[in-house]
Amino acid sequence: MRVTVTVNGTGYTREVEPRLLLIHFLRDELGLTGSHWGCDTSNCGACVVWLDETPVKSCTVLAPMADGRHVRTVEGLSRGAVLDPVQQGFAACHGLQCGFCTPGMMLTARWLLDRNPDPSEAEVREAISGQICRCTGYENIVRSVLWAARHESAGGYEAPDRGDGADARP
Amino acid sequence: MPMHDRDTGGNGAYGSIPRKEDARFVRGQGTFVDDITLPGMLHGAILRSPVAHARILSVDASAALAHPRVEAVLTGADLAERGLAWMPTLSADVQAVLATDKVRFQGQEIAFVVAQDRYAARDALELIAVDYEMLPPVIDARKALDPDAPVVRDDLVRDDVVRDDVPARARNHIFDWSAGDKAAADAVFAAAAVTVSCDMVYPRSHPAPLETCGIVADHNAVTGQLTLWSTSQAPHAHRTLYAMVTGLPEHKIRIVSPDLGGGFGNKVPLYPGYLCAVAASMVTGRPVKWVEDRSENLMSTTFARDYHMHGEIAATADGRILALRARVLADHGAFNATAQPAKFPAGFFHIFTGSYDLEAAFCEVTGVYTNKAPGGVSYSCSFRITEAVYLVERLTDMLARELGIDPAELRMRNLLRPEQFPYTCPTGWQYDSGDYPRALKLALDIAGYDDLRREQAERRARGEYMGIGISFFTEGVGAGPRSHMDILGLGMAAGADLRVHPTRKTVLAISVQPQGQGHETTFAQIVAHELGLTPDDVEVVHGDTDRTPFGLGTYGSRSTPVSGAAAVMAARKVRDRARLVAAAMLELSADDLEWLDGKWRVRGDPDQAAGIAEIAMAAHSSLELPEGVEGHLDASAVYNPPNLTFPFGAYICVTDVDPATGEVKVRRFIAVDDCGVRINPMIVEGQVHRGLADGIGMALMQAIAFDEAGNCLGGSFMDYLLPTAMECPSPELGTTVTPSPHHPIGAKGVGESATVGSPAAVVNSVVDALAPLGVVHADMPLTPANVWLAIQGRPVRADLAVS
Repeated sequence: MRVTVTVNGTGYTREVEPRLLLIHFLRDELGLTGSHWGCDTSNCGACVVWLDETPVKSCTVLAPMADGRHVRTVEGLSRGAVLDPVQQGFAACHGLQCGFCTPGMMLTARWLLDRNPDPSEAEVREAISGQICRCTGYENIVRSVLWAARHESAGGYEAPDRGDGADARP
Repeated sequence: MPMHDRDTGGNGAYGSIPRKEDARFVRGQGTFVDDITLPGMLHGAILRSPVAHARILSVDASAALAHPRVEAVLTGADLAERGLAWMPTLSADVQAVLATDKVRFQGQEIAFVVAQDRYAARDALELIAVDYEMLPPVIDARKALDPDAPVVRDDLVRDDVVRDDVPARARNHIFDWSAGDKAAADAVFAAAAVTVSCDMVYPRSHPAPLETCGIVADHNAVTGQLTLWSTSQAPHAHRTLYAMVTGLPEHKIRIVSPDLGGGFGNKVPLYPGYLCAVAASMVTGRPVKWVEDRSENLMSTTFARDYHMHGEIAATADGRILALRARVLADHGAFNATAQPAKFPAGFFHIFTGSYDLEAAFCEVTGVYTNKAPGGVSYSCSFRITEAVYLVERLTDMLARELGIDPAELRMRNLLRPEQFPYTCPTGWQYDSGDYPRALKLALDIAGYDDLRREQAERRARGEYMGIGISFFTEGVGAGPRSHMDILGLGMAAGADLRVHPTRKTVLAISVQPQGQGHETTFAQIVAHELGLTPDDVEVVHGDTDRTPFGLGTYGSRSTPVSGAAAVMAARKVRDRARLVAAAMLELSADDLEWLDGKWRVRGDPDQAAGIAEIAMAAHSSLELPEGVEGHLDASAVYNPPNLTFPFGAYICVTDVDPATGEVKVRRFIAVDDCGVRINPMIVEGQVHRGLADGIGMALMQAIAFDEAGNCLGGSFMDYLLPTAMECPSPELGTTVTPSPHHPIGAKGVGESATVGSPAAVVNSVVDALAPLGVVHADMPLTPANVWLAIQGRPVRADLAVS
């Protein structure tokens, strides 16, 4: 069947099997490999993307369910060359090691900060509690999100050239 | 600051700088195996056994082959024709690639379907008909050696297999192994005033990296080239294995291990799926991708632990620990595929003398076959030191309770003292360096230990159950001295190639393969520190056998101790040649130059100097060089470590337990780690964070159990519970630095320290909380149900299904 999905602001139309999972649509049909597949059972959250304005686990969403809707992935997180403060925070606070869970974590973090610009540590932990990281023990992910919140609320934050948060570790 | 900094004339390249690799990862631009797509690529899927033990009567793939999108189906018979139905394991056993005779565990590989897309490949699995003759399985390791136990490995009893150990193996017995002095230990125990013993299970767990295992195999029949993009922690060792198994020439095999989404030991072995993809690419002439799903990962790839331990500790009445004994039954599953130095079938378990000054120690380990997935040495365990630390630290706590001595005090009295290093323990390890009391004292200070004990007393008076658990561990990492550490005959040294380009920009090629540890940053820091460069000047190449020197890979916390040392040695060779070039530039004798503050400087006139930047250009220029001095600026090194490095640490876990529900909450986790000189403290702390989460997970949640029929009860993330941000507290870390005396920059490995050390702290804490209820021990995982049953005095076998 034919589905049309707007991903990171660009419209894509593809002929797909009705059973095609959104994660495979993104990865295999569109070549957007930043979102990862990790568990099949909605437990790990490596596949989290936004469907319209809501984070979803794209391993349990069928591509046709995204027909006519907007999807945002890690590839759509930065504004051109300027990294989102969440991306900067993860680099600044060593919020990732292997990088596999990172895109999903960052998309959830972005969603949280859009609704709650000044979250508590407990609120950050709850927001990412449906996602698994095997590398960080979550501590530096929490710090990364709080770093992003601080720098957003301070305003006027300029990304470092490489966007890797050099010298910005809290 | 350790002396090594002055020696190397370092320029401050060490420190908590952000990671280079993050620039790609935060943009979603990492390259994982499943991100690779090649033109004409096909997709593989594996048909797996639904049962634990059965004879295969027939496999009929005709309907699958008729599927319009299926290109090929491989069965065990197909592989047998090519001599590929069985492959060697890393422990001198064989493992079925695709089953030909029997299936020996649930999830074992039976057939491999190759189709035009991954969905069709999965569909076609349903079209393969297999006839099974059900056999009774061996599930409980404690019954594996019973005279009437079913035989797991009847395949070993063949005319063409002549091995002394076959008759025993055909009775499910893999090995007996021991270390230490039995007579001496027995004598100490016989005379000891106090002895305490305990049976404990370190249950089977699984590393469960978030990225599962996978491969893209591309065989070119014309050139004979085989290129494999593979989830491999040990690409060079894998290449050698592929050459041995397939008969393809090693130099025609290229393995690219791109970004790995975690490993933790799970990506050390060669798996049947990899070889199936290789065979399928040869059969179809096209690239074949195979990526396992989560259930396949949990049910068939290498598990960890599964140690049934009986431990004993002997002491004087006033609390001086004298001796340890341990008897272990090791469940290795259906094929002996543990990944550890070959001479150590129980890994480094015999470091179980721990951190204390003992008179004697003795351990014996028996390995058995069962109808479960193979593995055992995995999951950041430092080759079984995890099990050893857990055993000795549980026994130490039990002894403290028996004697009525505070567990911190008992440990402090018995810890090795700094002046005893280098210390040779009763089982023969030589610990390189340590200041144990300092680490424990720091942990107690951070915790506010005395205040915690007061709070605990107050809470107990109110009927609340708060626990304080301590663990002190000694690790041995950095395998290893090649003279007695090898895997499949491959000595565990590591190569490094270093090339400084004319503009000083430098490329370091390493044999080890990161899975998140940040090698691209720390190894750049190592080289920058040695050569007076910045980390940005140094590009680190890894994970491609065509571009990197030989070495056995990243596991067992060996990257910094072995490969890091190789990088240092290569850099120092470059520095030595740079001195000769600098002498020619300055028209002086090399003897007139000294390395100071990152440059070769004229003795007595340090302003007259040449740094690597100028020297590199000169080394590639028309400058006349003295006879015997090669131009350019590069060097190779192979580092053969003289010993392991021995990091150590003191951990304290504070828990609150609800006796009505059995729920455990980890309130605080204090961790003091000493891994010698820290190259990038931020990364070191990240490694510790991860290991503490592992400790919470293994102690409280994670276990791969089996029911009586051999069904795996941990086959998905709905069943195999991993800690989330809700279970993991903010760790409180402390640092001491005791440099390794034999490592060129004084560093020790740290990647597994917290995984090794932390589970005992959690369990000690929970048991401490429940002490007023009479609980002396409970096996992991301390789930609410298991804690509740322990309180009721009805502890369960955590490795078997509750029936």
